[in-house]
Amino acid sequence: MSRENTIWLIVFLIGAVMLFGRAMFTEHGMAKMYVEESPREFVDLGDEENPDWVSIEEAPEYVDVSAIPADHRVSWKKQRTSNYGEFVQQPAGGNIQFSLARSIGVWLAALLTLFVLSFLIKDNPFYKIAESLFVGISAAYWMVVAFWDQIVPNLIGKLSPTFVRNWAMPGLGEDARQELLYLIPLILGLMLLWRLSPKGGWISRWPMAFFIGTFCGLRLIRFLQADFLLQIRAGIDPLYVTEGGVFDVWASLANVILLIGVLSCLVYFFFSFEHKGIVGKTAKLGIWFLMITFGAGFAYTVMGRIALLAIRLEFLFDDWLWLIDPTDKRLGI
Amino acid sequence: MKRNVPLLLAIIAGFVMIVAFFIPYTVSWGEDVSIWFDILASIAFILGGGNLLKVHLKKVSDQAKGWGYSIITIVAFLVMLFVGLTKLGVNPNPQFPGHGHWAGQYNEVGSPFYWLFESVFKPLQATIFAMLAFYVASAAFRAFRAKNMEAILLLATAFFILLGRTAAGVFLTDFIPEESGYSGLRLENITVFIMDVFNTAGHRAIMIGVALGTASVSLKILLGVDRSYLGSGEG
Repeated sequence: MSRENTIWLIVFLIGAVMLFGRAMFTEHGMAKMYVEESPREFVDLGDEENPDWVSIEEAPEYVDVSAIPADHRVSWKKQRTSNYGEFVQQPAGGNIQFSLARSIGVWLAALLTLFVLSFLIKDNPFYKIAESLFVGISAAYWMVVAFWDQIVPNLIGKLSPTFVRNWAMPGLGEDARQELLYLIPLILGLMLLWRLSPKGGWISRWPMAFFIGTFCGLRLIRFLQADFLLQIRAGIDPLYVTEGGVFDVWASLANVILLIGVLSCLVYFFFSFEHKGIVGKTAKLGIWFLMITFGAGFAYTVMGRIALLAIRLEFLFDDWLWLIDPTDKRLGI
Repeated sequence: MKRNVPLLLAIIAGFVMIVAFFIPYTVSWGEDVSIWFDILASIAFILGGGNLLKVHLKKVSDQAKGWGYSIITIVAFLVMLFVGLTKLGVNPNPQFPGHGHWAGQYNEVGSPFYWLFESVFKPLQATIFAMLAFYVASAAFRAFRAKNMEAILLLATAFFILLGRTAAGVFLTDFIPEESGYSGLRLENITVFIMDVFNTAGHRAIMIGVALGTASVSLKILLGVDRSYLGSGEG
């Protein structure tokens, strides 16, 4: 083992021992998650043909709910994320309790965060594991979201409303009719999936063409309406601004600069004339305005990323290590 | 058939969207096409998942370099997919308790899908994006040189905005009273002025340019002038 690896191993071992000590031998521990579980129980007061589910609290007094058979009862526990502060302050017999699954989740999230950050030292197997996990998890996540949010209600729900109502969307209205026109997106969708096949690549051109055509039609209108017209309308400001009858120098100057800026940038974007003479000078001014815009954009990007980094570090020090408590959720321990 | 039908499909779909905007009678056509678009976009996610599986399974079967990581990707993908599609561990919907877990929310708090999202997906995504802070800063340090007027403007603006939005920026020009006629020189006010005037001017011109560019490209596609999306081969 090289000297560098030995040093890293020692550093990691010391870190692991300290973490173990903090987690096991301190009074409060660390990375513990708490949840509040509220029981929900429903009973079916109807019959096989017409079920009538009511919450046990709302059942009429004359009904003996304890006599209702098990297959006409449903119960579960609804979870709410809680914290250590609420846990220690709850009255005796409260519903807030330690959650092993959530606590393992915090450990996993913390380790994965460190795995990704380890790439700052150099590419390593831990980062690659985190990267591979992310690719798999995110692809499946978006597939699941697309399936339950789009495909079930908008495709299967239109083609077979009764099936979807009985299966996953009981709230789908009784008046929902079968719309066979939705066979078109189904067929186009299947043609799109044909892309996975090694042969018949042209088949997926049909849905792709539909995709592109719809996108163009949508964007043509939206961009002209929301960007082109609205931006021009927003740019028509008075150059001589008064406030309470008094000339407002700064507001007038701001509007003049704004107008000059927009026009000079547009001249720079206009390539039908050669950028020479007065056109060239105006275009140059436009470039300066654009550079200021890019500088502001750059600054905001950096700030956004640093804010994300701060959130991750806060997660590590607050939720995982319990070293800080900015929101006082652990009573300041 | 292989080129003309898709061309026609693109033209019809595009013009339906345009017509639906102008003629109230056809609004529902536009809505339907819009939903079809969303459905196809969702099916594209399935295509993406299928493709991911195909590529990584091939890598594992070929035992190509890094095939062990492909196994991690495949397992993560299948576990998340199974948990999400089967609504594993999801409670019934309180409005329809008799329908079992299928009527519940797939991303319900406390469900395994929620757990995977909170413990794996969210921290990984946030940390990967957060890492860009280092790379942007490092790239800027290496690439930014104040060698001409344009570069100076870009650097100075970024510097003022970054400084003006922090507590240090406010502290630096704290000696200028808020109510005085020079309050515009306070760093936080300079930042606001740059954002409201110079940045808005550039941004507005860019938005107008993008809108015109999008409109012209869209028209070229819808009129059949640009057919590059159909590909070149007959494949």
